[in-house]
Amino acid sequence: MNSDYVIETKRLQKVFVSKVRGEKRQVEAVKGVDLIVKRGQIFGFLGPNGAGKSTTQKVLSTLMRPSSGEVKVLGYDLVRQQDKIRQNVGFVSQVGGADLASTGMENLVLQAQLFGIDAKTAKKSAEEFSQRFQMTSYIDRSASTYSGGQKRRLDIALGMIHHPQLLLLDEPTTGLDPQSRAYLWTEIQALKTDGVTILLTTQYMDEADKLCDTIAIIDHGQIIVQGTPDELKSSVGGDTIVFSFVSSEIACKAEVLLNEHVKLELLQVTDNSIYLTIKDGERTLPDLLRLLDGSGMHVQGVTLSRPSLDDVFLKYTGRSLREDGQKQ
Amino acid sequence: MKLLHDVRLMFVNNLNHTLKSPVFIFINMFQPLMYLVLYMPLLGGLGSVPGFTGGNTANVFIPGLLVMQAIFGCAFVGFPLIDDIRSGVIHRYLVTPVSRSAIILGKVLRDVVVLLAQCILITLVAIPFGLTLSVPGFLLSLVLYIFIGIIMSCISYSFALIYKVEDSLAPTMNTITLPVSLLSGIFLPLALAPLWLQYLAKINPFSYGVNATRDLFVGNFQSISIFEGFIITGIIAVVMFYWSLHSLKKMAT
Ligand SMILES: Nc1ncnc2c1ncn2[C@@H]1O[C@H](COP(=O)(O)OP(=O)(O)OP(=O)(O)O)[C@@H](O)[C@H]1O
Ligand SMILES: [Mg+2]
Repeated sequence: MNSDYVIETKRLQKVFVSKVRGEKRQVEAVKGVDLIVKRGQIFGFLGPNGAGKSTTQKVLSTLMRPSSGEVKVLGYDLVRQQDKIRQNVGFVSQVGGADLASTGMENLVLQAQLFGIDAKTAKKSAEEFSQRFQMTSYIDRSASTYSGGQKRRLDIALGMIHHPQLLLLDEPTTGLDPQSRAYLWTEIQALKTDGVTILLTTQYMDEADKLCDTIAIIDHGQIIVQGTPDELKSSVGGDTIVFSFVSSEIACKAEVLLNEHVKLELLQVTDNSIYLTIKDGERTLPDLLRLLDGSGMHVQGVTLSRPSLDDVFLKYTGRSLREDGQKQ
Repeated sequence: MKLLHDVRLMFVNNLNHTLKSPVFIFINMFQPLMYLVLYMPLLGGLGSVPGFTGGNTANVFIPGLLVMQAIFGCAFVGFPLIDDIRSGVIHRYLVTPVSRSAIILGKVLRDVVVLLAQCILITLVAIPFGLTLSVPGFLLSLVLYIFIGIIMSCISYSFALIYKVEDSLAPTMNTITLPVSLLSGIFLPLALAPLWLQYLAKINPFSYGVNATRDLFVGNFQSISIFEGFIITGIIAVVMFYWSLHSLKKMAT
């Protein structure tokens, strides 16, 4: 056991058995996931609906037993040392968990006390978190009156109040406005600086890109590919450049010219634009512009884009993450 | 120690919820109070019918009414639990180190406190209606009502944890409460019943509770039915508690 590993799973599998009209059906939600999360990392799960992200987190939080496989969290055995894990892990589930019949403050104080923190310290902690998450104006109101985003903040504070070493966040920013989202991002980054390890799931590419040290793309219960955001993006191939011209004739001529002079990964002409992907686009773009201009093909507009995680998802699953999300 | 600490936390939390709308404690007593005011006077002369150990009507009727409060008052406590399951509260508790027993006991203890308050109130209201009770007998009876309340609460919690939806819990609890209350002779002593009904009542644990409390109210402490009542309802209360604990633990599998 490497003490640097906060999460270590081997062939983690979770099968649900449910009855459909008296007939037993099996759903294999997680199919043999090998996962290593190192101390102090922000690790992201990216995947479409039903991929098994929440199920994996529930297993890691001790909420569900794995059907098979080995799992260690903070060096403790998931099945035999649940109490140790529970004491040191925070879990914010996708549905939340705030008690709507209580005020935010009552929620926070009780949650801290459930971890054995004494009443006085619990109260102090609760006040601290209420300030840190900018909840002071509504913290003494019944949580049933909170807006979606206010409730989400409370959910997240509840998962952190006992200062866990590992924080599991299931789609933490879904339902937050851009400002709260940005705020939560800095909060998550600050936790990382404090040495907290974070495993978060998300459906937002930009979020995974901005926050995570390592991203695992998960689909149909399996990790398809894993790496740093940059590694993943460069695995897609080149950058995308789009030139637009005055007419489609010029675009066609430009296509011929470009094909003669540079090695392109992909070249496509639609109307009066040319799409091409090329390695190291930033450095080749000026050369290409000079070439086109010098041959009398006046470029009207140009865009250069780095590959996104969406492209990564497309490459490894053959589907777009966004389309897939909408279909279900 | 940890168990006590956790039970106290959960109990206070649950009691707070109840006290936020105390009016429901009274609404919950409405049914027995209606029976007391609008139905018991009908029974007028029954006090002298054979099988009425208590003598006057109120002494026979009120103990049954309090059992009714214990059965119906606690039968539907599973509904707020379903809310808590749906909103993720229970799952949030389950991933903390809190004792699982404390999650159930905190709720059951609250139910017991509410039930005790209700039983005392109903008894006080009944005194002008001619109730003459043995005070030690009444206090011992409260323990019986607690056992019966625990049984019903734990059944309700178990089904809430198993079904997780209101639509199934309501008919299930209705199906349980009506036969067990009728078959325990809460309105009229089963001594008046035909033999087949009396045999049926013998397999209903609540009938032992009702018999015991009738004897206790009039201070008939030598009666064997008191002993039977405590043992049977006490054992079932413990069994039902473990069943609900098991159902809670099964949520995390
Ligand atoms: N209790 C259950 N019984 C049966 N099937 C289940 C159960 N819980 C989850 N599943 C199934 O397991 C699969 C994975 O679900 P999971 O919640 O882990 O997905 P997810 O990646 O978190 O998706 P989302 O982005 O929608 O939250 C889904 O097909 C889901 O329907
Ligand atoms: Mg999910």
